[in-house]
Amino acid sequence: MSVAKINQLFSGDLKAINLGLEEFTASLQHEGAEALQVDWKPPAGGDRHMVQLLERVESNSALKRDQANDQAVERLMKSKPTLIDIGIAADVVPGMHKKLVLHSGPPVTWDKMAGPVRGAVIGGLIYEGLAKGPTEAEELAASGDIEYAPCHHHDAVGPMAGIMTSSMPVWIMKNETFGNTAYCTLNEGLGKVLRYGANSNEVIKRLKWMGDVLSPVLKQALEMHGPIDMKNLIAQVLQMGDEGHNRNRAGTSLFIREMAPYLVMLDRSKQELSEVLKFMHTNDHFFLNLTMPACKAAVDAARDIDGSSMIVAMARNGTEFGIRVSGLGDQWFTGPASRVDGLYLPGYSEQDAARDVGDSVITETGGIGGFAMAAAPAIVKFVGGTPQDALTFTRRMYDITLRENDTYQIPALDFRGTPTGIDLFKIIETGVLPAINTGIAHKDPGVGMVGAGLVKPPLKCFHDAFEAYAERYGTKP
Amino acid sequence: MKRIIVRKDAYYDSVFLMLINQDVKKTDSISEAVVAMGTDMNRDLLKGMNMSNADVESATANDLIVALEGETEDALNQAETAAYSLLKKKSRTSEQAFRPTSLAAAVEVLPQANLVLLSIPGAFVAREARKALERGLHVMVFSDNVPLQDEIRLKQMARDKGLLFMGPDCGTAIINGKPLAFANVIRRGPIGIVAASGSGLQELTCSIDKAGSGITQAIGTGGRDVTQDVGGISMLMGIEALAADGETTVISLISKPPAETVVDSAIEALRKSAKPAVVHFIGARRRQDEDKIRFAPSLEDCASIAVELAGGRKHNPTEFALSDDEIAGIVADQSASFGKKQKYLRGLFCGGTLAEEALFVMQEALGGVYSNVHPDEGYRLADPTVSREHTIIDLGDDTFTVGRPHPMIDVSIRNEQLEKELRGGDMALLLLDFVLGYGAHRDPAGAMVDAITAARRAAADDGGYLAVVASVTGTDGDPQSLTAQRRTLQEVGCVVMPSNVQAARLALKIMQKVR
Repeated sequence: MSVAKINQLFSGDLKAINLGLEEFTASLQHEGAEALQVDWKPPAGGDRHMVQLLERVESNSALKRDQANDQAVERLMKSKPTLIDIGIAADVVPGMHKKLVLHSGPPVTWDKMAGPVRGAVIGGLIYEGLAKGPTEAEELAASGDIEYAPCHHHDAVGPMAGIMTSSMPVWIMKNETFGNTAYCTLNEGLGKVLRYGANSNEVIKRLKWMGDVLSPVLKQALEMHGPIDMKNLIAQVLQMGDEGHNRNRAGTSLFIREMAPYLVMLDRSKQELSEVLKFMHTNDHFFLNLTMPACKAAVDAARDIDGSSMIVAMARNGTEFGIRVSGLGDQWFTGPASRVDGLYLPGYSEQDAARDVGDSVITETGGIGGFAMAAAPAIVKFVGGTPQDALTFTRRMYDITLRENDTYQIPALDFRGTPTGIDLFKIIETGVLPAINTGIAHKDPGVGMVGAGLVKPPLKCFHDAFEAYAERYGTKP
Repeated sequence: MKRIIVRKDAYYDSVFLMLINQDVKKTDSISEAVVAMGTDMNRDLLKGMNMSNADVESATANDLIVALEGETEDALNQAETAAYSLLKKKSRTSEQAFRPTSLAAAVEVLPQANLVLLSIPGAFVAREARKALERGLHVMVFSDNVPLQDEIRLKQMARDKGLLFMGPDCGTAIINGKPLAFANVIRRGPIGIVAASGSGLQELTCSIDKAGSGITQAIGTGGRDVTQDVGGISMLMGIEALAADGETTVISLISKPPAETVVDSAIEALRKSAKPAVVHFIGARRRQDEDKIRFAPSLEDCASIAVELAGGRKHNPTEFALSDDEIAGIVADQSASFGKKQKYLRGLFCGGTLAEEALFVMQEALGGVYSNVHPDEGYRLADPTVSREHTIIDLGDDTFTVGRPHPMIDVSIRNEQLEKELRGGDMALLLLDFVLGYGAHRDPAGAMVDAITAARRAAADDGGYLAVVASVTGTDGDPQSLTAQRRTLQEVGCVVMPSNVQAARLALKIMQKVR
């Protein structure tokens, strides 16, 4: 037994850190000692069981969690998502086939699907020519002839209902650093659109036009332009008031600027080119379907790292909210999808709202979106807040993330990097949940978007995930 | 009518809330007020009080609950406003400086930190203490209710790392002259102390200060350290560190009676230190002195012997600082006017060890004294709030402190118990301790003089006399000032003795005159 360190304490000045009664700090300071008060809160919101799990994980000296998380977040940040092409889903998306319908979020069966998702499935089947009208499509959808799978299981992501069928055109986003690829459909615009569950003739007609005109035109322009470095583009849009999830006005504008010189060179009618430009111009969210696969391609590079507690997917299917953790493989951990706290378009209210839906939380998972809210003060009105609230939202996310992003920066925070790499461990420890911006769909199929706002994910999925993490990586109880 | 409000994500320290509770309850026409965090225990408590609702049921330990019951809407409004303004007072002071929210963040702000003091709820101590040890920081745990297994594990870890681990349930320590938790302002000097007793350590250090000497370090171990299970890990490390400390020339060791094996290893460690030592096991028979180790009969004697060993004033082994004649005069004076029904001694103590010391002085001579801290079950009070014949109560007992701060902070606990004792009508002598220093009430004597005066008047109205004997554990360097506190008590007719043991001895002499 050596007491040298205790004698060292006796020979220097006492410098104390105090957790608990503030008076003890005051006493020490009054007597001339250096003392620092910690604003301590019970870990895990005072949930003793979760505290025990934290203990089990922390006391496993064989687990190199910090190193594993360093590796995960570094892979995420070193990723270089690059837009390389547009293709048809059946040709490029792994495992895609005529009777497969991809949807957002964790797995869900037809009988449990939320209204907007069903509406979009119906629209997708009509679009594919598998059904003539909604009634027939609904029968087919429920018949068992159609296979459903999450976009995430096919290297893809989809906003809101996230429906992708075999003949839809998709963006092809390649991670130049690690070689993996992610896919996403092209954004259809606002209002009555498939991703919000709308499936009327007007919706199908637009989808057809996107397949026949929009995507071939953009594909050609992109070929002339060459690959687009999305990381660079996203870094720019964060300095222009976007956060890449709920505000994409700057991104859409920049994308048009990138494309315009090549669009005018194409051997297409002025009419068509004007339609294409106008379509992008009138849809502020056109860029969302690029930030999403860019984040997906980057985050996927951080999957399956043994010991890492970094979250590598968050997604909702309108029924459930699900997450995946790097060190826990393919497993989804889910909880009931939440209600969105937000603002409604005129004529709609909370009663009309569907529950939280969509893969667009991949943006938060990748370090932008709600986590970069401080970069986009213009959208705080969605949550009835002030620009100060936007700063607070972002600041709080540093408590549950592993790093400050080395590329994505926030001017209002003195160009501090965005909070990047969500750590499940820190979520459990602090009780702080990820801040997510999102759109709100109508609860009935076929109506569309009714508002936007902020959503709190269900605590349950994080608890379940951490239970599994502690079981796999913690000491035995 | 009732009003129940739950504020999400608003955490406040529980002791702070207890103090607010007291103030809110004082609002006119308010019969019940609970301002508390939504912990399991508090939610059950509210349910039991019939003050719960769905919001309360779903509250977490991070949510603040304000539950009020009052006669009028106005009263409820007033109480609610009072609660919020008191809470705000706290948040405003916390806004003054940047506050890290975790130990890890604090270490970044204060990288030279060398000790972590924990007074958070016991269930969460193990994790924070482990983190402190992992960072190479010494630890003091003020909190109680830390599971025994955690204590053992943490202390073994501290030993492996060569770090000092004081507590859990360690109320007092002084490191490098700086007070940790409940501690007095003590002169620096040559005496190093290891103590498994909080109030005992306060009495010992104050007595050393009064005797004109001073201390190097006062290390607290927490009461459970000296049990067989823990094996005195902190005590032994403390002795060894003091043995190696160049400033320390005398080691003093005090403890509630330790497990035999712990006594043996502690004595062995003292022998090995080759420094003169003085030991006092509170409430235990005195052991035989050894070459370099002396055993003291009381805390004050322990201090006095330590001072002598350190080359200071010679130890005077008499019972009282005053002459026999002076003591006889006081005894005659105090025992002259008891009424017929006045037969018993009642000791109301804030310091647990001080209560035990008084009990040990009187137990045999008075033919048995009941107490909630009595080692003999036959004399243990069934209900700590109900006295029986001669009784000494440790008001720091859990029974008195559920949902309330310790009686050294919350003086109303003792005032309420005093009212209860008066109703019995058979109390002749009231024996009190007053503990000063950091952490304690700002004016413990002043907060009790009204109650003392009222009690003495009630006895006089009944045709009798209430003797009040007290001691004050403190120094003039303390924020409350020993001299001022003594004067306050003397002004209302209390006999104030220089130490706890002398107060107990005097009380015994007076009580022996009753029959």
